[in-house]
Amino acid sequence: MNTCRNEISKDCFVVPGKMALPNQYFAGRVGSKFIISLRDSRKILGVRCPKCKSVYVPPLEYCEKDMTKIDENWVELGNEGVLTNYTVVNYRDAHLPRKVPYILGMVLLDGAETPFVHIVSGIEPENVEIGMRVKAVFADKTTNTILDIDHFAPVEE
Amino acid sequence: MTKKKNRNVGIVGIGMTEISSHKEDQNQPEMINEAVRAALADAGITLKDIDCVVHGNMELFEMVHQPDLWHMIGTGALGKPEFRITTGGTTGMTLIAASDNLVASGMYDVVMAIGFNKLQEAGSTTGGITNMADPLWYRHLQTGALTSTSANMTIEEFGAERARKAAMKHRIMMDKHAGLNERAHRRLGLEYNQMEDLMKNSPPLIGDLRLIHMCSQSDGACVMILASEEKAKKISKKPVWIRDHIAVHREETASNAYFPILSENSHRAAARKLFARNGITNPVEYFDVFEMYDPSAWWGIEWLRDFFLLKGDEAIKMVENGDWDLDGKVPVNPSGGVTASNPISATAMLKPAEVALQIRGDAGTHQLKREVRHGLASGFGGVMWTELMILEKDLNWQGV
Ligand SMILES: [Zn+2]
Repeated sequence: MNTCRNEISKDCFVVPGKMALPNQYFAGRVGSKFIISLRDSRKILGVRCPKCKSVYVPPLEYCEKDMTKIDENWVELGNEGVLTNYTVVNYRDAHLPRKVPYILGMVLLDGAETPFVHIVSGIEPENVEIGMRVKAVFADKTTNTILDIDHFAPVEE
Repeated sequence: MTKKKNRNVGIVGIGMTEISSHKEDQNQPEMINEAVRAALADAGITLKDIDCVVHGNMELFEMVHQPDLWHMIGTGALGKPEFRITTGGTTGMTLIAASDNLVASGMYDVVMAIGFNKLQEAGSTTGGITNMADPLWYRHLQTGALTSTSANMTIEEFGAERARKAAMKHRIMMDKHAGLNERAHRRLGLEYNQMEDLMKNSPPLIGDLRLIHMCSQSDGACVMILASEEKAKKISKKPVWIRDHIAVHREETASNAYFPILSENSHRAAARKLFARNGITNPVEYFDVFEMYDPSAWWGIEWLRDFFLLKGDEAIKMVENGDWDLDGKVPVNPSGGVTASNPISATAMLKPAEVALQIRGDAGTHQLKREVRHGLASGFGGVMWTELMILEKDLNWQGV
C-alpha cells in the first residue's frame, strides 16, 4: 500500500486496485444480420414497422413504440444521409478509433427515422455544417463491427 | 400486527423467457423485450397502461454501465418514470418489493418490474463478486461464492451419511421438479437410484460441495406487472395479492467488520418477524407452496429449517419423508429451483412469479395438484441478504 504524499494527508493509506473484467457480448440475430450485410454487400439495412411506419437503423427485433415484430421487414437504405448534429473530439485517449481532432457525427440516412453515430472524415472541423449531406465510405478490411463503415464523407456537390 | 399498507397490491401480469445458456440469438434488450411482451399479453394490457418501470440486474455482470438506459428500446420505458435497482442476488425480489411499495404508497397505479441476467456474457462473475469487499478491511481476504461451509455444518450436526443423503435427495427432487417445467434450464433426468453414484462421482467443487449440488449459470429475464387493488381487479380475473414482505441482511463477514455476531441467520430472522406480524404460527401448516432461492442443495436443506422455523432435525426428517415434494406437506420449488435455473437477477423474481402462477392455477405442466391459496417466496444474495414474501389468493387476511 502507498501512503499519500500530500502533507495534510500524511499517513493516510491509498489502496491500489486493478480489475480484470473479461466478458463477451451476444449481438443477436438482428444485429448480426446488419453487420453481415455491411461486410458482404456493403449495404446498410434498417427495419420498418408496419404499424407506425418507423424505420430503425440500427435495426430492432420489435418496435420500441408499439411492440410490433419488425425483424422480417428489412429495408435497404441508401449510403447517403444528412448530418443532424456533430461534435469535434479533441481529448486524446487510448481507446479512441482515430487521432484527434476528429469529427463524430449523427447521420440520418435517407429513409431512416433514427440517426446513428459515426465518424465524419474528409472535411476540416471548422467547415462542418449541420444539414450537410454525407456518404458512407466502406472499410477496405472487415472487422465485423460498425467500423466496416470506415467513415462518412461529405457528398461533393 | 401486519405491516401497514396504504392500499392493496396485486400481481396482474407475469412474463418470462425460457431459461437457457444459449441465447446467442438475442441481445440484452431483445431478451428483456420477450419477457415484457409476455407479461403485457398475460395481463391483457399495453405499454400505455404502465405508469412506471423498475429495472434491475447484477451490477456490471454483463459489463454494461447503466444498462437500463440502453435497454429502453426493449423495456418500453420511453417517456415513463424509471428506477434501477441492483441489490446483488436478491435484485429480482427487491424489484418486486420496491414495486409493491411504489404501488401501495399511491405513487403509481401500475408498475412493471424487469429482472434479467445474461451470465454467458459475463466473463468473470467471481471477479465481480469479490470486488464487493472493502479494499482496506477485507478484499485481501475475500474468497468467492463457492463454499462448503453449509455442508460441513450439516455433516457435523447430523453425521456424514445422513447429511449427504439428504442433500442429494433434495437435489434429485429439484431435478424431478425441473423436469416438469419446460422453461427450466437444466433438466438432467436424475433418478433417486443414482444417489450413491452422484454422492461419490459428481466432480467435487470444494469439500462436500459437488458440481451436481450447485446452481447453474443461466440467461433469462422475468417481468411482473403489479397494480393497485382497484386497477388489479379491472385488469385481471385472478390477481395474486402481495400480502407482506421483509428484507433482512447482515454484513458482518463482509465490508462492515463492526456488526455484532447475531444468534440467527437472516432467513430465520426474516421468517420469525414476517410470520409473527402476520399471525402465522405454523408455517408448515399454513403455506401451500414455497419457492426458495436455493443456490445449492446443501443450502437448500439447511435453509428449509430456517424458513419454516424448524428445530433440530425436523427439516431433514421432512426431506427424508418427502414432505417437501409436490404431493408433500409443503411443496418446495415446483419450478425446479435455482439449481436448475439461475439467471441471477431474474432468479429471485422467478420465485414470486412461480408462486403467483401456482396460486392462479396457470403453472401448466408443473401445476401442483392441490389447491394453492397461500404461497411463500424467498430471495437471496449478498453475503446473507434475505427477501421473504407472502402471496395470497384471496384478499382476506386483514384484521388477522
Ligand atoms: Zn411501430
